[in-house]
Parts: sequence; C-alpha cells; structure tokens
Amino acid sequence: MSVTEMFSYIQGFLSADQDVREDIRKVVQTLEQTAREILTVLQSVHQPSGFKEIPSKCTRARELFCTVRTQISDLKTKFPVEQYYRFHEHWRFVLQRLAFLAAFVVYLETEALVTREEVAQILGIEVVREKGFHLDVEDYLAGVLIMASELSRLAVNSVTAGDYTRPLRISNFINELDSGFRLLNLKNDPLRKRYDGLKYDVKKIEEVVYDLSIRGLAKEAEAVGDK
Amino acid sequence: MNKREGEGCSLRNADSAQELDTSANLSSSVIAAFKVFQKELDTKHDKYERLVKISRDVTIESKRTIFLLHRVTNVPDTEDVLIEAEGKLDVVRQKIGLIAEELRGEDIHQFHRAFTPGIQEYVEAVSFLHYIRHRSLISLEEINARLVFMRTEKADPKGSSEAAPEGTQVLTFQVTPSDYLLGVADLTGELMRMCISSVGNGDIDTPFQLSMFLRQIHDGFSYIGNTGPYEVSKKLHTLRQSLGKVEDACYALRVRGSEIPKHMLADVFSSRTTLIDPEEGVV
Repeated sequence: MSVTEMFSYIQGFLSADQDVREDIRKVVQTLEQTAREILTVLQSVHQPSGFKEIPSKCTRARELFCTVRTQISDLKTKFPVEQYYRFHEHWRFVLQRLAFLAAFVVYLETEALVTREEVAQILGIEVVREKGFHLDVEDYLAGVLIMASELSRLAVNSVTAGDYTRPLRISNFINELDSGFRLLNLKNDPLRKRYDGLKYDVKKIEEVVYDLSIRGLAKEAEAVGDK
Repeated sequence: MNKREGEGCSLRNADSAQELDTSANLSSSVIAAFKVFQKELDTKHDKYERLVKISRDVTIESKRTIFLLHRVTNVPDTEDVLIEAEGKLDVVRQKIGLIAEELRGEDIHQFHRAFTPGIQEYVEAVSFLHYIRHRSLISLEEINARLVFMRTEKADPKGSSEAAPEGTQVLTFQVTPSDYLLGVADLTGELMRMCISSVGNGDIDTPFQLSMFLRQIHDGFSYIGNTGPYEVSKKLHTLRQSLGKVEDACYALRVRGSEIPKHMLADVFSSRTTLIDPEEGVV
C-alpha cells in the first residue's frame, strides 16, 4: 500500500468519525435544552411560594424526563454501543446534569438519596456497561455532588421562606453524603475537584443550622412538628 | 462535623436519640451504596494504573529498539541489527498482549489514555524497522495483523489437537487510526535523524530516498489537515521542521557533492549535524 493510499484510508476513517460526532452533538444539544427546562421548573422551589408546590413541580419535571428518555434513545442510535467511551466526552456533561436533576427530584419527593439504578431508570438507560448505554459511576457521583450544592442553597432559602425544619433534615442528609464520599479513594480527576467543593456545602448548611439553633428556631420548629 | 455534634447535644434527649436513630438508618443505605462505588472505582483505577505501567514498559522497549535501529547506518551488516530489533519488538508485542488481556471485555476507549503513549511509540518503532527493511510505509493492517495473541486457557488442558480453535483463545489488539497517525508523525523525526547520520557516514543515496519518503508523508498529513485529532496538527509543525532539515541536507549534497571529494563529505556533514542537533533536542 502506498503512502498516499494509506493516508486516504485514514482520512476516510477520520471523516466518518467526524460525521458520527456531528450527529451526536446535535442530539446532545436537544438533550441540553430539555435539561435546562427541567432545571427551570425545579428552580422555582427556591421561591418562597414554591415550597407548597414541590409535589406539582416534581410531577412536571417527571413529565419532562419522558422527553429526555426519547432523546436518549435517539442518541443511542447514533453510534455503535460498544464505543460508548469513545464519544463519552460529548454527553458526559449533560448526563451529569440529568443525574443531578433526577437526584434532586427524588430528594424533593422522598428526601432520600437516589440510587444509581433509579437514575438509570428515570433516564431510560442501563446501569452496567455490558447492557448498553449506561450511566458511568463517576457521572452519577458528579450529579449527586451538584445536588449537594443545590441543597445547601435550598437550606438557606427555606429559612427565608419560614421553613425551619428543612435545613435540619438537609443537614443530616448532606452529612451522610459526606461520610459516603469519604469512603471513596478518588484520583486527582474532575470528580475529586468537585468533591472538594462538598465541604463548603456542608459548612454552609451547618451555619444555617447553627443560626437556627442559637435562636431557638430549630427547637420551636421541632415542637410544631411534634404536634 | 464538630459543630453538628454540638448542636445534637443541645437538643432534648429524646430528640437526639431519635435523630441518632434516623441517621443510623440513613447511613446503612447510603454508606452501603458508597461502599459499592468505592469498590467499583478502585477496580477501575487499579486497572488503569496497571495499563499505564505496561504502557511505560512498551515505551521504554520501543525507544531502545529505535536507538538500536539507528546503529544501522554505521554497521556493515545491517541484517544482524534488524534481527535483534525484531527480537526486541517481539518482547514489546508480548507486553501489548498483556494490555489486550487487561482490556478483555472492556471498552477499549475507556482506558485508551492509559496506553496510547506506549502504542504510539510501538508504531514508531515498528514502522521504522519496516522502513529500513522495505523502504515503504507500514500499513495499519500490517501492524494490527501482528497484534494477535493466542492464549491457552489454563482450565482447559486437553485442547491441543482437535479442540485447538476452541481451547485457545484469540486476543487481538487494534491500533486505532489516530494512534497510528501519531506514531507515523513521530517516525518522521527518526527518519530525519537517520538521514543526517547517513550523510555523516558518506552515504549519498539514503538522504534522497528519505527526502522522497518524508515528502510523501508530509503530503499525506497535509491532506488530512485539521480533520484529524488535535495532536496531529501539533505534530505537523515538527514534521515540517524535520522535512526542512532533510531537504536542506539533500540540497547541500547536490550542490557541494560535485565539488567535494567523497572522502571529505563526512567532515562537511558532521559539522552540519552538530549545528542541527541542539534543535533536535526540542523535537
């Protein structure tokens, strides 16, 4: 094979590769759009009036996740399934956002940490690599960490809205999460970087809880809750 | 954490007991989940590290092979050197076999970054050897064809005669086109060195052959341009420099070759190489 032939062969491969990437990029764009819509719906829980509407917002978000599922199944058709990691970079960001949104919805509904299986189910994807388009464990964890900072914000805003018990529950939850992440041996990678931000979220929520405690507001709220 | 514990104490006894209870409940599920993640991440990182290690070995051995091959220019019997290099590359291939084994059942691209430097170096070495032997560019298929490994299953002792196809497992390793491309780009640097040193030895034909070949490769890379991976465009710059040096050498040979007696050519170019060498260190 001559040099020229060899290079045109490689060139053929490269342009095929670029076409696939182009297709993926298009679908990922629509996916990002939907993710932003869901985020907008969920952002309203930070409004004072939004606290009563949490269940309805969650239902609305869940409806939008249906769109996500069809878009992801569209994405699945754009490349061979065994080459997931070759194009991973293209949807890594949006998948982390979606994992965050799913985790946030589940937290608002049940106040529990979403499992990886649940996220996969909400997004209509698999958990294990062998079965097809899946949720990488690092992406799941990144999504959970995004949720942690969102919750620290929620704690502050719930106090503003007069809900004094929520910060305590959030504090418990975040502390659990923190001790969970302490179990992981993270390498010096983007996930580690994001994890390093978790302590600030923990700190912020602790401050909120502290403020409530010294003013007796936490106790008061507990008493109301007991009745 | 301390602040939180202090806060817990300030609560009434019953409350703190209740709180402890819920947190214990939570911990069991959350902590259990994270223990699973811990295991999964550790397995993945361990595999990655193992691959990096193998890749390093591949790089080192390939580099040594390249150094060995550079000796071709001033050794009378090239065949010996080539056979020795071939032997070294066999060792490298066995190492790549280890990579293939690590990657069995995995997505190659997930760990690609761990072993891509080693593979590029291997492509460089193997294509250099191929060039010295055949004066042509090794193709991607030829490289991949040699990266097929037979692994006999230990659990299956009888599979020697009739069950050989089933008993032995065939592992293949596929060099990706972009790794191949980057390896070939590195090859041009070696060819440039070979060109200069062969001039130093008074070999007049090789530089012209090399400049032809380098030009073809350069044209090929220009054809690909920036459609390739990002690294390719970076290497294209160095490639251009190498090509420039080789073309200069050929030019000098043509111009001065007719004037200077052959036995003095070596002196002319050994002074030239020292001029070029410091720059070569950057490459």
